Amino acid sequence: MKARLKRTGGDTLEFKDVGHRGEPLLVVDDLHTSFRTGRGTVRAVDGVSLTVDEGKTLGVVGESGSGKTVLSRSIMGLLPPRDVIKSGTVRFAGHDLTAMDPVQLRQVWGAELSMIFQDPMTALNPVKRIGVQITESLRLHLGMDRSEATATAIELLRSVGIPSPEQRIRWYPFQLSGGMRQRVMIAIALACSPRLVMADEPTTGLDVTVQAQILDLLAELQRERHMAVILVTHDLGVVATRADDIVVMYAGRIVEQAPTKTLFKETRMPYTQALMDSIPRLSDPSGIRLHAIAGRPPDLIHPPKGCRFAPRCPYAQDKCHQSEPPLRTAGSPDHLFACWFPLVNGVSTAPGMSSGSSVFGVSGGSGTPGESADASTASDQVPPAPWSLADTPIDPDAGLEPS
Amino acid sequence: MPDDRELSDTRSGGRLLGDQVPGLAAVDELVVSRQSETLDSDDVLARKPFGFLFWFACGWVGLVVLAAVLANVLPLPNPNFQNYNALNAPPNMHHLLGTDDLGRDLLSRLIFGARVSLVVGFVSVAFGMLIGGTLGLISGYKGGRLDVALNAGSFVLLAFPAIVAVIAIVAFWGQSLFKITVILGVAVVPLLFRVVRASSLSFANRDFVIAARTMGATSARIVFREILPNVVPVAITFGLITVAGVIVIEGTLAFLGLSVALPTPSWGNLIAEGTSNGALSTNVYIMLWPVISMFLLLLSINLIGDRLRQRFDIREGLL
Amino acid sequence: MAKYLLRRLIQLVVVAFIISVLVFLLVHLLPGDPAAQILGANDTAHNRAVLNKQLGLNLPLWHQYIFWLKGVLHGNLGQSYLNHTPVTQVISTGWPIDLELIIISQVIAFAVAIPLALITSRRPNRPVDNISTTATFGMLALPPFVIAPIMVAVFAVGLHWFPATGYIPFTQNPATNLHDMILPSLAITAGSIAVYYRLFRSDLISTLQEDFVTMARSKGLSPRWIMWRHAFRPSSFSLLAAAGVNIGALIAGTFIVEFLFAIPGLGYSLVQAVNQRDYLVVQGITLVVAVAYVVIQFLIDFLFTVVDPRVTRE
Repeated sequence: MKARLKRTGGDTLEFKDVGHRGEPLLVVDDLHTSFRTGRGTVRAVDGVSLTVDEGKTLGVVGESGSGKTVLSRSIMGLLPPRDVIKSGTVRFAGHDLTAMDPVQLRQVWGAELSMIFQDPMTALNPVKRIGVQITESLRLHLGMDRSEATATAIELLRSVGIPSPEQRIRWYPFQLSGGMRQRVMIAIALACSPRLVMADEPTTGLDVTVQAQILDLLAELQRERHMAVILVTHDLGVVATRADDIVVMYAGRIVEQAPTKTLFKETRMPYTQALMDSIPRLSDPSGIRLHAIAGRPPDLIHPPKGCRFAPRCPYAQDKCHQSEPPLRTAGSPDHLFACWFPLVNGVSTAPGMSSGSSVFGVSGGSGTPGESADASTASDQVPPAPWSLADTPIDPDAGLEPS
Repeated sequence: MPDDRELSDTRSGGRLLGDQVPGLAAVDELVVSRQSETLDSDDVLARKPFGFLFWFACGWVGLVVLAAVLANVLPLPNPNFQNYNALNAPPNMHHLLGTDDLGRDLLSRLIFGARVSLVVGFVSVAFGMLIGGTLGLISGYKGGRLDVALNAGSFVLLAFPAIVAVIAIVAFWGQSLFKITVILGVAVVPLLFRVVRASSLSFANRDFVIAARTMGATSARIVFREILPNVVPVAITFGLITVAGVIVIEGTLAFLGLSVALPTPSWGNLIAEGTSNGALSTNVYIMLWPVISMFLLLLSINLIGDRLRQRFDIREGLL
Repeated sequence: MAKYLLRRLIQLVVVAFIISVLVFLLVHLLPGDPAAQILGANDTAHNRAVLNKQLGLNLPLWHQYIFWLKGVLHGNLGQSYLNHTPVTQVISTGWPIDLELIIISQVIAFAVAIPLALITSRRPNRPVDNISTTATFGMLALPPFVIAPIMVAVFAVGLHWFPATGYIPFTQNPATNLHDMILPSLAITAGSIAVYYRLFRSDLISTLQEDFVTMARSKGLSPRWIMWRHAFRPSSFSLLAAAGVNIGALIAGTFIVEFLFAIPGLGYSLVQAVNQRDYLVVQGITLVVAVAYVVIQFLIDFLFTVVDPRVTRE
């Protein structure tokens, strides 16, 4: 009856030599995840494909409700089996995670692939000492004995910047500050030196000043350990300087995907543009209103026909409401976007949309469709095109939430 | 001042446990966690129909109440009339449920016995709700010294094991329907006070209450127009469950011969009669009918309370 | 920790004090002359003088209380006016029986409720879960005075597995004692099982949906380890609280079964004393049971500090 900390059953999986073959560490192919609910089937992740190379950082960006958290849990295979429909494949280090049984998955979780949760207050067990929560995985996956694991845990706590770890190891989560807790969480996730860490909004619950520290810590540890990181966030500012590639999600789908620099320079998708606009900038005049995206993400039980962003898109044409744009490239092959009338230099290619002014910023000023006409912003005098990136670079540290 | 108290404290289990008696804290939390207002719940599941069992339970409670109310009008023999021609008779045409060892009609005794359980159960809870509920409503909204004092008082009173206190008072004060009802009514005051207070407290800082306050509404108006309607579902649900609890205590007293004096029948003393002096081996019906009726009554009240709690979205917890 | 327990201890003393005042005042609920009431048929001028002296009934009220409390603290609760047994002796022979009943029933209740909840909470709404949940809902409607007669009718009168009445002290014959205690204990167990099972199950289900359980899964820990080492303790707080509150119902239950099975515990003595108007015995037993109840609550608070580190350190 007693539970034991030992790997049980099945053969030990081999995870070596993927990098040498030049294969990406993680290949997600056409992943779908739906939930059966009382009202109908919610298609939270709807055909997502992406790759992550060893040691690289992928940023996954989207509003809340865009499916990014479900995506990260689907990739890991952490979703409960009941009332969840999944399809597609997830290849991690040469193994298909979606084909693994629970016993095999448990060899991967924590050891090769681990997760940093959004809220360390709820994700750390409130009645277990933090030391125990770290040593658990060390003993399980690396077969350490108690004292060895404790020594390693102290080193881990030191490496994530927790002062006097010898004492803190006996503390409970509620005795630590929010930032400290998140450091502990990172220590737990990195304990067995995984190759890929999923960080799901790792800094959302923290003070702005602590956010940057935690992200820098994560980046530093990533460099040292040569890990890949998937950084899931709603805040483009967070990933702007830290991600190698960025995936923008909307309503369960990828709407734009590119190397970070390209994404910011050659934004194609109006939604991405809108996300960028919602980052406040130091160069904004004082008293300016934050740019919000009007409307709400669509109902994922009955997603709109055509482009899912169309109901909120200021440039939407009839075509956008009729048929769904495929994820396609233009110019560089690693830049994908799903838009019938992509932006070029911040200007929509939709017919009748040749003026250079930002529709998100000064809605109502230039015959914008009523959908985005936010009465409160209409009266504000906003200089045109605050999103022309050439003159006003993104300030990634101004990581405030979009209102 | 309600602003002094943070609801989040009441919500977080750990903090709360540190401050008060744990068992009662759980009751508080149970009530406070009734967070979603009736209006904005767009969850279809919360509106599922009550179901057959619920209406069956209502039917049984209604039948028992009706029979007890109409006991004098119904064509029943006197519950204390001893028919020496039919001692220990099994159920038959003349005595639908049979007779006991003194030839008294069991159906009649059952129906007259229901009166005691129901009167004690509902009247004492109504009394307790009037006193405890009103105090709780005001105390929860107003806060301040009054609240602290009442709160402490309720803890002290609830520190007594109810049954022992009730037996002791009955022993010294005497046993009659009126006295039993008063004693149990007083006994449930602190419990209902806590339930209503916790609920009132959870609404005291809601936006609509603050809005009413900023618009200059008087405290009385806020308490009775804004808070009371929101507290009523919780009060009804818990009141009902308390009725079941009081009926159990009265039944226990009656079983021990400490409730209404014999020969007045009550379900508790009917069960005791049916189990004493070898009655179990000679005539099991004396015990069987009140046992079944009591079981069904408690089951029905619990079921109704449970369904109401689901409907009103009150979290299941310690009851 | 020490500070927390000290605060609790002070609360305990205050509540015990209030209990003692209220129990003391019970005698004054008696109509007319308490001494005459207490003595009843034994009422002679001599007896009344003795009682007046013993209770200090001619003194002012607060003085009487101090007089009485002094006696109580010295182990003097007066004596029965029927057979002149000291009340303390009635209590000292009675309480081990109540304790035995409560311990047996609680061991059974936890042994049934906890494993059942652990099994059903992992897969809610399966047949096993639905059956247990429905069955325990029914058990909630079976207070001891309803289920005990049924058990006697079936297992004692019908099947002759157990005696219908009778009690032999544990010290005299442990085997017979335990055998005789099974039926009474089971009769007061049904409610406990139902309460504990339902509470623990629903707490486990909500704990298993917590982030920290997902986190534990993401570390690759086995379901069994997660259940025992991560979910069990955080789910047990309300169970512990319920066990404390439930003691009140258990006391009522022991009274019922002692009355029914003629087991000479405190409840049996109490009911007899009430029926015979033996007021000082009633007063003494009331005081002892009420104080014991409060002390048990205190011990459960202490257990909370062991189970939940947040209680004392926050």
